[in-house]
Amino acid sequence: MWLIHSSVGRKVIMSVTGIFLVLFLTFHSVMNVIVLFSAEAYNSVASALGANWYAVIGTGVLALGFVLHILYALYLSWLNLKARGKDRYAVTKRQEGVSWSSKNMLVLGIIVFGFLVLHLFHFWAKMQLVELQYGHGWEAAGFQNPQDGAYFINASFSNPIFSIIYIVWLVALWFHLTHGVWSSLHSIGVNNKTWINRVKCISNVYSTIIILLFIAIPVYFLLGFRVL
Amino acid sequence: MEKLLNLTLKVWRQDGPKAKGAFETYKLNGISPDSSFLEMMDILNDQLINEHKDPIAFDHDCREGICGTCSMYINGHPHGPDSGITTCQLHMRSFKDGETITVEPWRSAAFPIIKDLMVDRSAFDKIIQAGGYISVNTGGIPDGNAIPISKWHADEAMDAASCIGCGACVATCKNGSAMLFVAAKVSQLSLLPQGKIEASQRAKKMLSKMDELGFGNCTNTGACEAECPKNISITHIARLNREFIGAKFID
Amino acid sequence: MAKKENIFDKAKDTVSKKTDVIKDKAEDLVEDVQEVVEDVKKNTEKDKATKVADKVKGTDSKVSETVKSSAKQVASEVKNGGKTITPKDAKIPEGPLADKWTNYKNQQKLVNPANKRRLDVIVVGTGLAGASAAASLAEMGFNVLNFCIQDSPRRAHSIAAQGGINAAKNYPNDGDSVYRLFYDTIKGGDYRAREANVYRLAEVSNSIIDQCVAQGVPFAREYGGLLDNRSFGGAQVSRTFYARGQTGQQLLLGAYSALSRQVGKGAVKLYTRYDMLDVVIVEGRARGIIARNLVTGKVERFFAHAVVVGTGGYGNAFFLSTNAMGSNGSAALQMYKKGAYFANPAFAQIHPTCIPVHGKFQSKLTLMSESLRNDGRIWVPKKKEDAEAIRARKLKPTDIKEEDRDYYLERRYPAFGNLVPRDVASRAAKERCDAGFGVGSTGLAVYLDFSDAINRLGKDVVEARYGNLFQMYEKIVDDNPYETPMMIYPAIHYTMGGMWVDYELMTNIPGLFCIGEANFSDHGANRLGASALMQGLADGYFVLPYTIQNYLADQIRVPRMSVDKEEFVEAEKAVNDKIQKIMNIQGKRSVDSIHKELGLIMWDFVGMGRTAEGLKTALDKIIAIRKEFWSNVYVPGKADSLNMELEKALRLADFIDIGELMARDALLREESCGGHFREEYQTPEGEALRNDEDFSYVACWKYTGEGNEPELIKEPLDYEFVERQQRNYKA
Repeated sequence: MWLIHSSVGRKVIMSVTGIFLVLFLTFHSVMNVIVLFSAEAYNSVASALGANWYAVIGTGVLALGFVLHILYALYLSWLNLKARGKDRYAVTKRQEGVSWSSKNMLVLGIIVFGFLVLHLFHFWAKMQLVELQYGHGWEAAGFQNPQDGAYFINASFSNPIFSIIYIVWLVALWFHLTHGVWSSLHSIGVNNKTWINRVKCISNVYSTIIILLFIAIPVYFLLGFRVL
Repeated sequence: MEKLLNLTLKVWRQDGPKAKGAFETYKLNGISPDSSFLEMMDILNDQLINEHKDPIAFDHDCREGICGTCSMYINGHPHGPDSGITTCQLHMRSFKDGETITVEPWRSAAFPIIKDLMVDRSAFDKIIQAGGYISVNTGGIPDGNAIPISKWHADEAMDAASCIGCGACVATCKNGSAMLFVAAKVSQLSLLPQGKIEASQRAKKMLSKMDELGFGNCTNTGACEAECPKNISITHIARLNREFIGAKFID
Repeated sequence: MAKKENIFDKAKDTVSKKTDVIKDKAEDLVEDVQEVVEDVKKNTEKDKATKVADKVKGTDSKVSETVKSSAKQVASEVKNGGKTITPKDAKIPEGPLADKWTNYKNQQKLVNPANKRRLDVIVVGTGLAGASAAASLAEMGFNVLNFCIQDSPRRAHSIAAQGGINAAKNYPNDGDSVYRLFYDTIKGGDYRAREANVYRLAEVSNSIIDQCVAQGVPFAREYGGLLDNRSFGGAQVSRTFYARGQTGQQLLLGAYSALSRQVGKGAVKLYTRYDMLDVVIVEGRARGIIARNLVTGKVERFFAHAVVVGTGGYGNAFFLSTNAMGSNGSAALQMYKKGAYFANPAFAQIHPTCIPVHGKFQSKLTLMSESLRNDGRIWVPKKKEDAEAIRARKLKPTDIKEEDRDYYLERRYPAFGNLVPRDVASRAAKERCDAGFGVGSTGLAVYLDFSDAINRLGKDVVEARYGNLFQMYEKIVDDNPYETPMMIYPAIHYTMGGMWVDYELMTNIPGLFCIGEANFSDHGANRLGASALMQGLADGYFVLPYTIQNYLADQIRVPRMSVDKEEFVEAEKAVNDKIQKIMNIQGKRSVDSIHKELGLIMWDFVGMGRTAEGLKTALDKIIAIRKEFWSNVYVPGKADSLNMELEKALRLADFIDIGELMARDALLREESCGGHFREEYQTPEGEALRNDEDFSYVACWKYTGEGNEPELIKEPLDYEFVERQQRNYKA
């Protein structure tokens, strides 16, 4: 199977899952900012993504995307470590024009993953998971309404420490995306000499917009505003 | 007369492929800034020979930047700190008086060390042998002008073809990947109508050979392009990816 | 005294024998004529009579020609007091010049496919000639063993050729033809090359371009998609194909890819980092080689039905040259010591456009492509005081006014200007510098100025044409050639001399072939720019793969030999003994220090301007250096491991012998021709003065044993198809 055995095949998996995750982020970030304008509107979106069959399938696919991306990242890193040989250079210097993030994707990925767990605990575990476990019986089980997303946002970000942690996380994600977006296109062959700088520029702008949309919420809270 | 340089050299010494290597430090005085890096190494070796010590083994041949034999990792860069050149084109004017220069061999699992700074790059030959050619025999060929080739394609192919096979791309890659080397050849030949015919076969064969020989996976850091003495662009890697993925989908 | 008489007796003997032969032949012909006359008597009819009369005429001229040529040969043999090589010895085919190669191919023997599999061929060297020959032979079905000293075949020094490759395509419609390429090459070589070989070279030149295009060599193209050409020294047409300033690289990579394809198929067995140290002769035929594995140090034996050597030139005898550090003449010298003739060793080319020497530590000289002379103008200051001021760094070249510049090539050679052949350009530079007009800190440099071209064409065009060369220059010299003119000076670049080969590219040892720069055949006394690539590939792709079959056809019944055969064992032992001898010297001097000393002697006395006195001095000094080497060289390390000093020492030992051979040959040739300039023989204007009466021959040197003077054998060069002229690039 060339998607496992060939280096380009493995990169295709990284690229396709990466692009998929970027699309998810795009959707997620746009959805998030809604809360700044209307908590009700946000909650209606949240309720649409509850325990409905399509939302569950969507979550499953998304989780698969994450898992593949992570597994391949680990596999690739292990292979690459082996290819590097046993001895390391005594002196290494970063080359001109080579971005820091491109050489630290695994580290960035691990940071992003760590925060992701926290994020899932904060939101997903209290929302979709509860709904799946208890259905309408959430109240009896002593949980908050899992469809009231605005409530959870308010609860989490009211604590400035969490807001700052989220900002740190998003900055790491931004670094990850600045290399990830153009690189995923490059890996599936969408690039040439004329376009390389344009592709890089578009990718940077795109990642920045996504991250700014995300960051808007913790910043909003840090500035003292609340959504409820 | 320009000021002569006094230098400290930290050079990797290793007796053989399996031996344990280590850095040795040498003092070298009175080096002209006009001499080339390899001429400085010659002087050092001459000094070692006069002291009846084993001279440092390193690969070098044409000393004009085209054969691709020389291969030293100097102060954290393959072919040294200057850009767009090979080790033999590096001149001592790039260094300061009193500087410590660290010289290491290419380090990659696919390039085992033979001795000191000399590595075995026959893996590159094996990749070419797997498919880096156009399958034509000698003779019975149509006229050179029978198929016009646009200047753009010819120039782009020439850009890729200028690869000297030195291995700096592998040496600098944190993944030990040979993608730039493979891509340069695949790209050159697939840009020309003569090579277009077997382009996808070639991409598959060369790439699988590359993987088989223990080179790493490309993660598009672009370090190879930055260190390539011939400034070969990583966009050739995108072309290789296209050729390869296209070929796999047709299969 | 006794020796002289001996020679005289021999000569007398030869004369009487030959006279007998001629007499016999003449008598035969007279009989023929008598028959014809009787025919005439019998036939009274008119038309028949005419026919017969024609026949008589024909016979008549035949008689005189045969007698004449036989007499000539006898005369030359008597004069030379020994052997000469006749066109028949050189296996030159009969017929008009343009038909010789076709006739040869039509009549030669071939080997059928089943038998090809049973025949092994060793090819030493993976440059243009070696790689193309190995690939082509393997494609045909022979088993090929290919050796190179580099870590990869792609690194052979052909890769460094910059300018281009000639071919008689006449794409620019400027009047080129096979004949004109042939003629230019013969003339460029100062009438010291063999007509039949050169014509064949010109003939196959077009196929080379086609072959390379098919292999994916990205030659420069016009906007319409067709191949571009440029002009080069020594020609008035644009016939040079190029790939930026890296033509040699691209052509070699083409041949390398063809070779790699055969290696991948298993048809070629590749031995990299192997150094050929001897050729093995069994019953008078070349049957293998002894080679040292440079990584392990092990000396190994290899068998083949034929051995092809394409190991390049011996220019590194001068220590400083444009050759790669590893380029050497050892394979050639070993063949010579096994009895192969070394032809015209004195013919070495000095390339006019190299970066001048800048210090004692210098390890090699860098060539700036001759193509620069297309747009660059060469000059020195007109006034000596200006030159002196420049040398003292008081003036910059840009300070010298236009009217104070001496564009000496344009002045002396108005017709060819800056595009005169290499030997002429080199000597002119030396003449100016010797006269005190040289520039640079040493006074051994002239300017190559692009300001005119930049004004006329714009910086962009100049950059597109020569950008990589300018960059290379700037990296080495730290000076921007777009602003200040480049400094250049001649340096040793190529050796036209090499192993004597016949029309089939076989040396006088049966089964031992020699191709590319390593042989002597096509460039005479001077090679034109862009012709080396042409010759290397012609030999490898289109000549040797044919001619070798004529030899191998007779070898199909010879079974593969064991390398334990006595001859192999002995040859290996001799090599090991030599290595041990060198290792045991344990003297005081490094190999390079002795090599540098040899290089200086070669440059001073056997370089651009040679004199009888200087050459005699050189011979004495070289003999002293040999003694020094064999008694005082120090080689560290062990013989049975990777040992680069030992490699260098083995090569230096051979360079010393080659240097002696060069000096000897230069001393013998009392004329100036091409790259060989004897100061005693020049025209009043300082041009080379050839002596066709006495020196129109190839000087072949035969080894006669250690310490003995080599024997001279001559191959007279009779020009049947071209008229010899004084080379004239003035009008």
